[in-house]
Amino acid sequence: MAVIEIKNVAKRFGEYQALHDINLTIADQEFMVLLGASGCGKSTLLRIICGLETASEGEIWIDGKRVDHLAPKDRGISMVFQNYAVFPHLTVFENIGFGLRMQKLPNDEVKRRVERTAGLMHIEQLLSRYSGELSGGQRQRVAVARALAMEPDVILMDEPLSNLDALLRMEMRAELKGVLAESNTTAIYVTHDQVEAMSMADRISVMHEGKIVQAASPIEVYRNPAAKFVAGFIGNPPMNFLEASPQGGGKFSVAGHSFDGPSAANSNLQFAIRPEDMTLAENGFPAVAKVVEPLGAHLLVTCELDGKLFRAILDSEMQVKPGETLKLSPVQDRIRWFDPETTLAVA
Amino acid sequence: MNPRLLPYVLILPVTLFLCLFFLYPFVLVAQQAFSNSSGFTMSNFRDVTEHWKFPISLKNTFLLALAVVPIQLALSLLMATMVTKMKKGRDLILYVWTIPLGISDLAAGIIWLAIFEQSGFLNSMMGGLGLIDSPTNFLSYTSPVMVFVAIMLAEIWRATAIMLVILVAGIGLIPKEYYEAGEVFGATPWQRFLKITLPMLRPSLQTALVLRVILAFEVFAVVQALGGTLFPVLMGETYAYQFELLNSGAAAAIALIILAISITFTLIIMRALRVPKGATI
Repeated sequence: MAVIEIKNVAKRFGEYQALHDINLTIADQEFMVLLGASGCGKSTLLRIICGLETASEGEIWIDGKRVDHLAPKDRGISMVFQNYAVFPHLTVFENIGFGLRMQKLPNDEVKRRVERTAGLMHIEQLLSRYSGELSGGQRQRVAVARALAMEPDVILMDEPLSNLDALLRMEMRAELKGVLAESNTTAIYVTHDQVEAMSMADRISVMHEGKIVQAASPIEVYRNPAAKFVAGFIGNPPMNFLEASPQGGGKFSVAGHSFDGPSAANSNLQFAIRPEDMTLAENGFPAVAKVVEPLGAHLLVTCELDGKLFRAILDSEMQVKPGETLKLSPVQDRIRWFDPETTLAVA
Repeated sequence: MNPRLLPYVLILPVTLFLCLFFLYPFVLVAQQAFSNSSGFTMSNFRDVTEHWKFPISLKNTFLLALAVVPIQLALSLLMATMVTKMKKGRDLILYVWTIPLGISDLAAGIIWLAIFEQSGFLNSMMGGLGLIDSPTNFLSYTSPVMVFVAIMLAEIWRATAIMLVILVAGIGLIPKEYYEAGEVFGATPWQRFLKITLPMLRPSLQTALVLRVILAFEVFAVVQALGGTLFPVLMGETYAYQFELLNSGAAAAIALIILAISITFTLIIMRALRVPKGATI
């Protein structure tokens, strides 16, 4: 049971401003993902919430209590580290029970909690091993079990799956989501992997240059990016952008075609569309195919349109050859518009 | 060149060198210790151990090692932890602290003799401050405790840095994330030292202690300079047998006894600080 409130948090490292005025409220038992490229400040924010780093300004509240002056252990949190930080000199049992031992819990309580969380993570048979005898995936499980054994209000995870291979990562993703949902904790999960973010999060906070650009549900972030950065970051491949000039009456000219745009705007805008929202149509944009990549489920075609690279995802049955001119038309209600000055979405 | 043979060929020169200048003399010394004019004998060992000075020098050597090594261990751990926490000036402090390493043990003994002798710095300072009326002889047979303390101080001053250097390197190898995990899971700084630093430092502690303990049993020049005949130690006896009594059989025997003690302690330290299989970083 814990709501996390981040109020006006800023962080400076000397001259460098790592975080600018962050405000974010995370609901009880919500799974919040902080998503961004390396250096965007997501790990710094997590470490401030955790207490390993102090904010230069602002406040952190957990469960209605201001915690930014408290030591990490007094914040009701626990953490899963990127490199697991499973102690090599302790057995799996003692690793999972480390925090409980520090709280001086009685032996039978430690044993009960270690065995329960080890069971949750399916590592009960490894309890007497040392971490040197474990695989990366097993170490990851120990790190999660250690965090869960604390029965925390909040669990913080710093790129916990980034050191696993692709298949294992997919497996752990689903498992972690299930375990966390059952544990009734509020979770903050830092990642640069948007697939991880989309598949696990209740809500995603997209971070860029020390600011939260958008905090919304995964589908909202995907469908209605709040800023051009989000549109160009989320999705693989991300949105396409074309220049649009106003024609009056809410009409905009894009690469020689006229579209209905935001009625209030009468300056130049950017037209944005997802690659999968393009269809072939007689009256579409003429685009010259440059690269054709068959991806099994569909066909990714990179074309040149209006002097820019433009990607479209087409049906895999299509026969497209490089050099061919395609007629591409956007799905009208999937078109989004961005202001080139503010880079924000315009409705 | 056969790639499977190459490693052996590469270590051949140093192996030959060690055989010629270490193993061969060692065999000669052993031979000397176990023989006299009539062939194989234990009489050298008997003579050496039955001499009245042997139990005293054995006791003194152990007493000194026991007094000096734990203090050095604690000091070097403290110093290493402090140096690791420093952000600026770390190298400078390390250089200053390791200066005694560059001084020979006899020179170190003489430096401390200059402090403690009757006309030394300590006497002139205390005289200058008006604490004493006339200079006292600290290092005389009437004050064996003072002699012992002076030798201890000189040894600590001289040989703590060798442990410090090894431990600083060892602490630097422990990833920061372990300490962060310790902090998040509620370990106090002292608990982090006990539960994370010390156990993860075991390989370095092993090396540092083995080196230091072996050196402690070989202590000679510092004792010679400060205590002379007042504080006999095993290595001093070896020297006396070889160069004063010209009894190289007895000198060899006592050298082998020191070697046996060193090997025993090395094994004990290795065993006590061993890292279980799979428990390495």
